Amino acid sequence: MARISLVRRSFLQALGLGGAAFALGIEHAEAGPPKAKPNGKVDPDASTLAAVWVHHPFIAIAANGAVTIASHRAEMGQGVRSTLPVLMADELGADMKQVSLRQADGDEAYGDQSTDGSTSVRSHYEDLRKIAATARMMLIAGVAKKWKVEPSTCVATHHAINHPPSKRSMSFGEASLLAATMPVPDVKTVELRPESELTSLFRDLPHLDAFDMSTGRAQYGADIRLPGMLVAVIARPPVVFGKVKSFDPAPALAIKGVRKVVEMPAPKPPCHFQPLGGVAVIAENTWSAMRGRRALEIKWDDGDNRTYDSIAYRETLLASVRAKGEVVRKLGDVDAALAAAKKKVEAEYVLPHLAHAPMEPPACLAHFKGDSCEVWAPTQEPQDARDEVAKALGLDKKKVTVHMTFLGGAFGRKAKPDFIVEAALLSKMAGAPVRVQWTREDDIRHGYYHSTCAHRFSAGMDATGKVTAWLHRCAFPSISSTFANGVTHAGAGELQQGTTDFPLAVPNFRMENGEAKAHVRIGWLRSVHNINYAFAAGSFIDELAVARAADPRDMLLEIVGPARVLSAADLGVAKASNYGAPLDKHPIDTARLRRVIERVTELADWTSARKSGRFLGLAAHRSFLSYVAVVMSVVMDGGKPRVDEAWIVADAGKVLNHDRARAQMEGAIIFGIGLAMHGAITMKNGAVEQGNFRDYRIARIGEVPSKLHIELVKSDRPPGGIGEPGLPPVAPALANAVFAATGKRIRELPLMKSL
Amino acid sequence: MITVTINGKPQDLDVDPEMPILWVLRDVLGLTGTKFGCGEALCGACTVHLDGDVIRSCVTPIRHADGKKLTTIEGLSEAGDHPLQKAWVELGVPQCGYCQSGQIMSAAALLVKKPKPTDQEIDQSLAGNLCRCGTYIRIRAAVKKAAGV
Repeated sequence: MARISLVRRSFLQALGLGGAAFALGIEHAEAGPPKAKPNGKVDPDASTLAAVWVHHPFIAIAANGAVTIASHRAEMGQGVRSTLPVLMADELGADMKQVSLRQADGDEAYGDQSTDGSTSVRSHYEDLRKIAATARMMLIAGVAKKWKVEPSTCVATHHAINHPPSKRSMSFGEASLLAATMPVPDVKTVELRPESELTSLFRDLPHLDAFDMSTGRAQYGADIRLPGMLVAVIARPPVVFGKVKSFDPAPALAIKGVRKVVEMPAPKPPCHFQPLGGVAVIAENTWSAMRGRRALEIKWDDGDNRTYDSIAYRETLLASVRAKGEVVRKLGDVDAALAAAKKKVEAEYVLPHLAHAPMEPPACLAHFKGDSCEVWAPTQEPQDARDEVAKALGLDKKKVTVHMTFLGGAFGRKAKPDFIVEAALLSKMAGAPVRVQWTREDDIRHGYYHSTCAHRFSAGMDATGKVTAWLHRCAFPSISSTFANGVTHAGAGELQQGTTDFPLAVPNFRMENGEAKAHVRIGWLRSVHNINYAFAAGSFIDELAVARAADPRDMLLEIVGPARVLSAADLGVAKASNYGAPLDKHPIDTARLRRVIERVTELADWTSARKSGRFLGLAAHRSFLSYVAVVMSVVMDGGKPRVDEAWIVADAGKVLNHDRARAQMEGAIIFGIGLAMHGAITMKNGAVEQGNFRDYRIARIGEVPSKLHIELVKSDRPPGGIGEPGLPPVAPALANAVFAATGKRIRELPLMKSL
Repeated sequence: MITVTINGKPQDLDVDPEMPILWVLRDVLGLTGTKFGCGEALCGACTVHLDGDVIRSCVTPIRHADGKKLTTIEGLSEAGDHPLQKAWVELGVPQCGYCQSGQIMSAAALLVKKPKPTDQEIDQSLAGNLCRCGTYIRIRAAVKKAAGV
């Protein structure tokens, strides 16, 4: 990590932290070419010295003892604001009652703010503690110097520095004045507390935002108000890279409250985070803007993507997995093993596109002020948002401020700042603060879609029924296609989500990735390709059990194999991506996967419940460094399955905030029921066919189990992900339960399409 | 001119009578606790009470409220201490929180009519309120807690 530094007082004034005696932040070396001297030569010293700056504190302590901790990541329902600041306070020795949160803006000074990939705890657990530990060491150093005692004889607890031998104590407030005069220790010398001293964590933590969220006080993207603010609603091309051929603004301008009708710049491939173009109606209020858009008469040139038909494309994907693809993982000789097999089992699985559909459709307020721009946005990626706004407006990014509001759900959609750039461009065009408001139809029809895919498996069994061969092919348009032209295959980051990292105790296997081109914006949605892999593989393993008349749990445990730690060579890959984490810290450990499978089936009373006639389905998956197993029980209700009970066991290593982790598992079960039963986005003539919750259905309250059992495995392993790993096993467990109930194997989602 | 009593305060509104109540609340009056989710009465994020009855404010023109009483999440309780709000906080119901104003307003209307609702009555009354984060299980529990059942 970069160096930790004291924050200059002038910056604290600007942040409203003028009362702080002491504040620490991370030093950040700015990117960009070194500045040239007038003689044309680069001055290396100037470029490095001038590049180091720090102005946004993580921790500020005022002389009255008030501690302010920055919540620097996006709060989108995972409870990050109720978790990470507690971690820092605990490491510091602060009393949470004297700690207040400050929602940080988007700024590299905070390091990584990309709230994505279930990383908030797993990737920042140690770094955030180091910042707090640095502050603690400086408080101790200042006090020890004054008392003329060894710093090692002082402790920071209960919001004070204490010296037990002399029974002296100094409050954090008083100590902060001394700490401000001390040198900042080198981060390499910073020592973390033993975890046993982190007494506030690893339990249920108070939900700090629950009150504001239950009283309508929490502010989301569309809730910020500025004087003179206008509202824009945009008619975007129905097909990606379609263009406006012609339009008549007059009928829209005739509507009361409409101020302006403007054409948006058309994007150029690849999509990246560019707005989609179209025509914007800027009005005095949302209603007028919406009416204005309805009145617009636009002729579109749909462009090359108009040929896309996602139902027909299903056949393209299936053709792709029926042919040889690029080998992405292999071990042994699968062709010989398949040829020698006594029994072969083959199956193909298909999943549709999905839309994120957060309850808050994208919305953003921007205020362009000539040489600067201020933005209020529900964004998972405030730094990307800042970069993109700066680029679109031609501003230095230091002139762009991105304030993070609460996110009314995100699931990956709000990691893409296209809607934020729209607001910035429109504020410039309107000469006023502008809120861009997406409608639900905009959200469903102009998303970054979860990729549709096909998976094909061929397994061979020997005379004893042991699986000796496993050939797996998958094809799906890649997320990379959104960011580069000419992409035809999946990226390593997508393939690692099951295809190249799921443990298999099969002596011969080969995984192949087939060609698949994108015709819409493909993006990441909660759990990403793990949803698809886990559904396909989790269903297939259940099919293998049926083929061998085995208990599905025994089959799953046999495929996962004995307790062991897998190397890249064992996985049959050159390098395991492992979600960016080193394998020695976060090994692929089948003992942990086995344990969640064994535990969840124990909780569900798997064997006797099945014997007594209940319809249970099981699936398990490792993703984002955590291990999750799910059992779903269904009852058939007028020919339709209803989940009456579900069990989920998660091993996510050390869990800081048990309550929010359980909430994420509850959410995963329900999100999973929705997508398994109903979720499908289809495109015809290049345009999305669905538009609102009547045709893009998500789970309603009546569809969720009356009994849900959640267990977090007690673990001292480093923290894994929480927000995403619960979701992948849900759909296959449900499909397997439906098979148990009906004898019907459904190999395509959503299930309701086949019921 | 349309006269509506909003959260106990009579207001004279000079607005397009066809404007949905949601946008009057949010854009004209600055009451942003009521949320926009779908615009078609499909998700319940915009739920408010009109003379005590649940309505979806995104599809209800303001003229329907003329001479009537509107209650929004801001007016459900002054200090945010309605039994449902207390139960919501105690059980940690919200995840992202966006749909919760609507969920609470639907549940509040239910409890007026059925102070001791059954599970089925809770599910029926909240069937029109979507939550994408998946807080339904805690919503059920919190409604029951508030109702003392």
